[in-house]
Amino acid sequence: MKKTYLLSLFTVLTVTVVSSQNSNQDTLLKESIERGSDIYTDFCINCHMPNGEGMENVYPPLANSDYLMKNREASIRGIKFGQEGELVVNGVTYNSVMAPMGLSDDEVADVMNYISNNWGNKSDDIVTEEEVSNIKK
Amino acid sequence: MKKLNILLIAFITFTTCAQQKESEVKAEDPVNVNYTTQMVVPDLSIPWGMTFLPDGSMLITEKSGDLIHFKNGEKINIEGAPDVYVRGQGGFLDIRLHPDYVNNGWIYMTHGSSEGEGDGGNTALIRAKLNGNALVDTEVLYKAEPNTKKGQHWGSRIEFDNQGYLYFSVGDRGNRDVNPQDITRDGGKIYRLNDDGSIPQDNPFVGTENAKTAIYSYGHRNPQGMVKNPFTGAIWVNEHGPQGGDEINVVEKGNNYGWPVISYGINYSGTTFTDITEKEGMEQPLFYWVPSIAPSGMAIVSSDKYPDWKGNVLVGSLKFKYLERLILENNEVVKREKLFEGIGRVRNVIQAPDGYIYVAVENHGIVRIAPEN
Repeated sequence: MKKTYLLSLFTVLTVTVVSSQNSNQDTLLKESIERGSDIYTDFCINCHMPNGEGMENVYPPLANSDYLMKNREASIRGIKFGQEGELVVNGVTYNSVMAPMGLSDDEVADVMNYISNNWGNKSDDIVTEEEVSNIKK
Repeated sequence: MKKLNILLIAFITFTTCAQQKESEVKAEDPVNVNYTTQMVVPDLSIPWGMTFLPDGSMLITEKSGDLIHFKNGEKINIEGAPDVYVRGQGGFLDIRLHPDYVNNGWIYMTHGSSEGEGDGGNTALIRAKLNGNALVDTEVLYKAEPNTKKGQHWGSRIEFDNQGYLYFSVGDRGNRDVNPQDITRDGGKIYRLNDDGSIPQDNPFVGTENAKTAIYSYGHRNPQGMVKNPFTGAIWVNEHGPQGGDEINVVEKGNNYGWPVISYGINYSGTTFTDITEKEGMEQPLFYWVPSIAPSGMAIVSSDKYPDWKGNVLVGSLKFKYLERLILENNEVVKREKLFEGIGRVRNVIQAPDGYIYVAVENHGIVRIAPEN
């Protein structure tokens, strides 16, 4: 009985801790996305457009982007250091160049979280400043 | 209730689907171009500014902060280049020689700078001299305030007029509703200075309380093209609009060019920020582009190398990757042509001292336009 009691207490505690970690994570992600929205409006919107639709054959879309969802590290690297060369997004090849924007690592993380959780994209796994700082040219 | 619904729908329609008036003269494919491009400086990233030294060599600014001396087919990195703050559209911007460079050696440059109080940066105008492979005697002539972490609208181009006054532009720095219409603040302005950075006493706002007295005209958004009209001596600019509404303006003392109170553009989101395109006391552009071409760089052809193009205005299009040729009659655009479509994002175009037109293209290089044969 005592054993069962302890076990259930342990379970309750574990669940509580894990779920509070989860909700803490959710809050962090939500806040990062909000800051990322401002960065997007400042630095990205005039090429990638308000709904991430990009521009046909010129600037790749971010909305429903298979590239973005499957290439997390390359996407971060592109935002951090700039992007050039061929890129296939949703079956279309793009060959534009994106200059480095001079964003700090926390800003890159925020805008990554914003674009990865908008316009049909979803990623619960938060991009952190630390993750960005570890990505080299 | 039904009536209210209709009103609501009408309201939403009017506010979200703004009808824009397209430019009456559309850009056409050229029928017959007797010119071709020749690569002069290959392998450049974002060649923002370029200018020719008397020996025919070239100074080139790369947005990322490098100053390149291109001489005898070689690129030399110049030491002592300014400390460039790269952020969004900001970085190392324009470069221009003093009209009397041969005698005084002054080189003028604009760049993003984090100098001064506060996080972020703003546009600075400096001058310096070239000594061997180094810039020396650097002086900061103007630093726009305040610093901001916003990425947009730094300008900037530099030009001299026939009287020797220096003009340069600073965009609205992403603070549309505060900067451009306020002459006590920097941003969204064309400035006029003496060549040593001092303020001409006949500048329009000298004597106006709290005014930034270097201001020559205001109500601009983001001028990235500026040239002295070789036929009239007037200073012409082109500037980016938001979605639609890029403009060519002829700069005159004390004028207000209206941004953002009047504009032919709308927000990137498709909503409007103003429903008027003209207003008493605000200047109409000489020409406006709807849709936007994202204009950068500007030249007015006066040399005898291009008889077909004499008097035409050339403007780079970052967005559509061509060089636009505008033909004017009585100061009105009557024809537009897309030259060298697909060449790349055209950042800059100048008529050089040798009479040839040079075009700087992002991630490509600098090309010369030459007669086909």
